[in-house]
Amino acid sequence: MAKGDPGAATRSKRAAPRTKRAAATGEPELVQLLTPEGERIESALGPDGTEYRVDFTDEEYRGLYRDLVLVRKLDAEATALQRQGELGLWASLLGQEAAQVGSGRALRTQDMAFPTYREHGVLYCRGIDPIMPLGLFRGVDQGGWDPNEFKFNMYTIVIGAQTLHATGYAMGVAMDGKTGSDEGEAVIAYFGDGATSQGDVNESFVWASVFNAPLVFFCQNNQYAISEPLERQTRVPLYQRAGGFGFPGVRVDGNDVLASYAVTRHALDNARHGQGPSLIEAYTYRMGAHTTSDDPTRYRIASEVEAWQAKDPIARMKAFLTKQQIVDDSFFAEVDEQARAESVHLRERVLAMPDPEPVTMFDHVYPNGSPELDEQRAQFTKYLESFEGSAH
Amino acid sequence: MATETLTLGKALNAGLRKALENDPKVVIMGEDVGKLGGVFRITDGLQKDFGDQRVIDTPLAESGIIGTAVGLAIRGFRPVCEIQFDGFVYPAYDQIVSQVAKMHYRSQGKVRIPMVIRIPYGGGIGAVEHHSESPEAYFAHTAGLKVVTCANPQDGYSMIQQAIASDDPIVFLEPKRRYWEKGPVELDAPLGEAYPLHAARVARPGTDATVLAYGPMVRTALDAATAAAEDGRELEVVDLRTLSPLDLTAAYESVKRTGRCVVVHEAPGNLGLGSEIAARITEECFYSLESPVLRVTGFDTPYPAARVEEEYLPDLDRVLDAVDRTFGW
Repeated sequence: MAKGDPGAATRSKRAAPRTKRAAATGEPELVQLLTPEGERIESALGPDGTEYRVDFTDEEYRGLYRDLVLVRKLDAEATALQRQGELGLWASLLGQEAAQVGSGRALRTQDMAFPTYREHGVLYCRGIDPIMPLGLFRGVDQGGWDPNEFKFNMYTIVIGAQTLHATGYAMGVAMDGKTGSDEGEAVIAYFGDGATSQGDVNESFVWASVFNAPLVFFCQNNQYAISEPLERQTRVPLYQRAGGFGFPGVRVDGNDVLASYAVTRHALDNARHGQGPSLIEAYTYRMGAHTTSDDPTRYRIASEVEAWQAKDPIARMKAFLTKQQIVDDSFFAEVDEQARAESVHLRERVLAMPDPEPVTMFDHVYPNGSPELDEQRAQFTKYLESFEGSAH
Repeated sequence: MATETLTLGKALNAGLRKALENDPKVVIMGEDVGKLGGVFRITDGLQKDFGDQRVIDTPLAESGIIGTAVGLAIRGFRPVCEIQFDGFVYPAYDQIVSQVAKMHYRSQGKVRIPMVIRIPYGGGIGAVEHHSESPEAYFAHTAGLKVVTCANPQDGYSMIQQAIASDDPIVFLEPKRRYWEKGPVELDAPLGEAYPLHAARVARPGTDATVLAYGPMVRTALDAATAAAEDGRELEVVDLRTLSPLDLTAAYESVKRTGRCVVVHEAPGNLGLGSEIAARITEECFYSLESPVLRVTGFDTPYPAARVEEEYLPDLDRVLDAVDRTFGW
């Protein structure tokens, strides 16, 4: 993706930028730079008058498309692996690719991300091997990696808990004096619409605000918290909650990778320059189930899903690339082939993941160990050894 | 060697000051810990001397205190969080149990959360509800956390520094009703020479029965031992100090000599630390015991109104009564 900063949002005011207004379109007010039909919108205004625009090269457009297709394909492979009994569970990102790729590509190298358990697309954009989180879902480990090595925290399953971690980390960035320039560090916290009801998320809003933390709250509003629709979580548009906490909020078309990129890049750059937190509500839709254990046909109707299908993030990017003659058919075939090859590679490696040795469950409980645990491990090892040589 | 007589509160303050001096990554955070110096003044003067980036007055939300401290720890800081009172720790329970305790495990050792969670705990100060509880069992039951408690000023001074220096997440319980009790503290002794953090210690040697106690009950047990001695009975008092992991080495050695054991704590008896301790002593010292291990604890009620807390809390007489019963078996 972009070297340098061709896609940076600008704050300069220009003539007649477009915003989608609720009254005009029936859609919620949101920032959009690429329509579902694949039409480019030159620039769009946020609720505070910020003008958002991107200026990508053709190669960068192709890169974004490639990302979208790859993360969808890898996600589909993981779903298939679960269906075949190779993963215990999978939380699919289907439908949310643009929000994740747009925001993920907006991160600069030095920025830090705190995901939920569904940010496989952001993980991919961070340059992380997509095999990394699959140990958690296969049940061979607890999903651990070094957040500082990848600038990407471990997945967090307790809803909203990671927003406080992101806030503390961002406070640490400021305490380390790492804000106030282009090289400054920014932090992004991912969460969903359901999480906005959690105390931890609201506490993180308070903390980030009063400490002016360099933090972007990135809420993927995919319309459902398992079965519960947005109406069960809020009476106001989520992005408007930011105002009550004292920082800006903006709603972006989360199925538009360009707008997701522009809005996130702008918010991150504000944060890194010491202008504090902001909230992005990426308005999107969870096309699949909450997880592979869920059955969405019990709580939502087919016509709703079909309406969102028409706003598909990949289809609109494909239409745009085609109309603009940025690519030809061989490009799409080549991307599909790459996605197929990577998903096969992923599958092979998942199947090759070994089950852990039982005694490893005693590892890493404490950095400094524990004599009690050492004793339990020794007893358990001896117990296991008592079966050696006997028929199982 | 500079030995001063300090209250437990002042000793803790001196230990925190030393930790802030020794490591620039140490930050203190909590409600009212800054200008006010904490409601018990344990952080008195620290913000003035180290600044509001090292001693942080936080918004009033306990989950936020612990959750943001997790992020600071990932960033490389060593947060020392103050929870104002025992009964206010529960909003932070999820962050402590599901996040702080499990990060190192989940990350297969790649993430360390070197956090200390200081909690003034226990009763005896005539407080309103939620200000007198003993929540140690909740945390001792959670793998990934260590739990310690100090009983005297010297331990307060050393143990808080040892806890901050440790990479393990540690719940540090401070017996609030003992904050004003004085004792000698060696301020200049190197931390490396201090008594180990995760080790119990014989607080008073004896030969006839063993009394195990920790935190605020060590004083009570020692008073009971003094009274028993007047009646010609020598009690050995062991200050457990570390509740997770438990160090019962000294207790086993003692019980094998005395054959009698009483465990004392303020927390309710049902599934309290005393239950685990009694089970382990029974396993380890079965053939030495002259009577079952007895427990003297708070009752299985919510912490009662202040005017009856003296009856709720184990005192010298209840300890001696239990000791008597071990002899009557």
